Amino acid sequence: MNAENSTLVCVRNLRKYFAVTSGILFKRQTKYVKAVDDVSFDIYKGETLGLVGETGCGKSTTGRTILHLYKPTSGEVRFNDVDLTDLSENELRDMRQRMQMIFQDPYASLNPRMTVGSIISAPLDVHTNASKTEKRDRVQELLKIVGLNPDFVNRYPHEFSGGQRQRIGIARALAVNPDLIICDEPISSLDVSIQAQVVNLLEELQEKLGLTYLFIAHDLSMVRHISDRMAVMYLGKIMELADRNEIYLHPLHPYTRALMSAVPIPDPDKANRAERILLEGDIPSPINPPKGCNFNTRCPIATEICFKEDPDYRELTSDHFVACHHAKVE
Amino acid sequence: MDALLKIENLKTRFHTEDGVVKAVNGISYEMKKGEVLGVVGESGCGKSVHALSIMRLIQIPPGEIADGVIWFEGRNLLELDENEIRKIRGSDIAMVFQDPMTSLNPVYTVGFQIVEALKLHKNMSEKQGKVRAAELLDLVGIPDAKKRVDNYPHQFSGGMRQRAMIAMALSCSPKLLIADEPTTALDVTIQAQIVDLVIKLQEEMGMAVMWITHDLGVVAEMAQLINVMYAGFIIERGTAQDIFKRTLHPYTMGLLASLPSIDEAPGTKLISIPGLPPDLVDLPQGCPFYARCIYRKDHCQKNRPGLEEAKDGHYVACWRWDEIKVEGAK
Repeated sequence: MNAENSTLVCVRNLRKYFAVTSGILFKRQTKYVKAVDDVSFDIYKGETLGLVGETGCGKSTTGRTILHLYKPTSGEVRFNDVDLTDLSENELRDMRQRMQMIFQDPYASLNPRMTVGSIISAPLDVHTNASKTEKRDRVQELLKIVGLNPDFVNRYPHEFSGGQRQRIGIARALAVNPDLIICDEPISSLDVSIQAQVVNLLEELQEKLGLTYLFIAHDLSMVRHISDRMAVMYLGKIMELADRNEIYLHPLHPYTRALMSAVPIPDPDKANRAERILLEGDIPSPINPPKGCNFNTRCPIATEICFKEDPDYRELTSDHFVACHHAKVE
Repeated sequence: MDALLKIENLKTRFHTEDGVVKAVNGISYEMKKGEVLGVVGESGCGKSVHALSIMRLIQIPPGEIADGVIWFEGRNLLELDENEIRKIRGSDIAMVFQDPMTSLNPVYTVGFQIVEALKLHKNMSEKQGKVRAAELLDLVGIPDAKKRVDNYPHQFSGGMRQRAMIAMALSCSPKLLIADEPTTALDVTIQAQIVDLVIKLQEEMGMAVMWITHDLGVVAEMAQLINVMYAGFIIERGTAQDIFKRTLHPYTMGLLASLPSIDEAPGTKLISIPGLPPDLVDLPQGCPFYARCIYRKDHCQKNRPGLEEAKDGHYVACWRWDEIKVEGAK
């Protein structure tokens, strides 16, 4: 990590609730899905922060709420010390030049009726006054950067494979020279051999352009590979956040431990099925999270206090955050 | 021991508007009773199509089983008529599919769908069937199984639906269970539960399991034998130790190198396989992996290598495996 660790994004007490309506004629808002529930963390300049968790834990919503694609229910997001919650729609649009996003599904996130050239230059249309030739040159340059043939500008997305489409999505995100890219499961729908190509590209671009990533995924081993620090989410809350090696070697939260041990290792000598921590049951519904600690229904070490009080999210040792009553410094 | 399943030169094709898709291109192998076989490969490598061919679930047309013999307990499945294959399907050979959300019928209770199979294959009455269905759900670890038989699929979570599918597959004590990416749609902690369950049941009931997946980690820890597939060919076959520790085929080597290892140093680059798998409509004349192979020689472009035994039970389809081994050691 860089020496000073200057903060690029500062997220404090971020909440995003979605209203659930019931009734057909008279819609009433009766319940809330607590997709993101009081989440705080920083993203340092030039780092990759990995955000992992299972389906429905709120990791994608966190990413989108940071960009204000969803309006936060409460809390603040400061980008370079500017509080995004205070900004008007127009100011926010200008701000988004510096924060871009890469999406999970390379088939759904590119308009099938637009050429690759117009897809990549769309952010330039919105954010710059570049002339036609300037845009064309920029698009060709971007295609080269992401490892595609610059002559592909007039082709359509269906002519490309999944990995190539993801490269187009990356080129689009890079078009306006952003500082931060939120990568929302960018490799989940790709085959193993292609995943490595895209991950390597993202790492190269980070080195070359000094990008900062929030890398959202459920594939723990890939996240650990690409991240400097990792955060683990469960039911809308961050359970643990630490340096990639620290969280791997000394996980403090029982959920992190179970999650790590559930990952199958592609090495028959290290296969750990025998000493695996098997969690029982499923993730509770975020509409009705359990009282006390969110993890108490599946936690192997839960005690009375876990069913009564929500544990504080605290910095237990330097740069190692955890939300568990039983987490101790060893 | 006798082979339970013996496949000889199986070729499956699909006639499409774009031409003939050669999905499975002459594969041969044997499975013994009670064996756990892992079939790995990326999308489009023919792993699922070959399983559907065994079950005779390929839709004809557009599909066609162009050549080959599938011996199951001494009978050629490809020569049976529709009535005979229906007796085998579901009772002797059962299959669990990838997507537990779509493979259960939403308008019938889970119990009804299990009882259906029992009535058909085991001549049970409605009452006997229901008792057995509850036992089966209990066996696969669904809590409160007696009540849960009357639930509809939407009342089950994803992991529970996959358990219900497994219960259904096990209902007639099959000799062979084919699991086609059964955990791909599930989270890692749930995947760990399902893998554990299937292995436990396999050990108890002594059935053979064919586990089809793209996840090398899963097969490393459960499979006794592994078939690695590429472009409709088996390109390497052996024990988990053979495949992961004494790898012979450049494609398998590439796949393993493109995965992050758990004890890698920060900043390690993944080694990706360049390029894309070949178009199955227009298969190359020589080795299917030629275009992406770093060890290729002119000979490989013109001549297709067959699967040959390199060392006791370890098979490879590569012209240069012997030389590569020496080069790799250097």
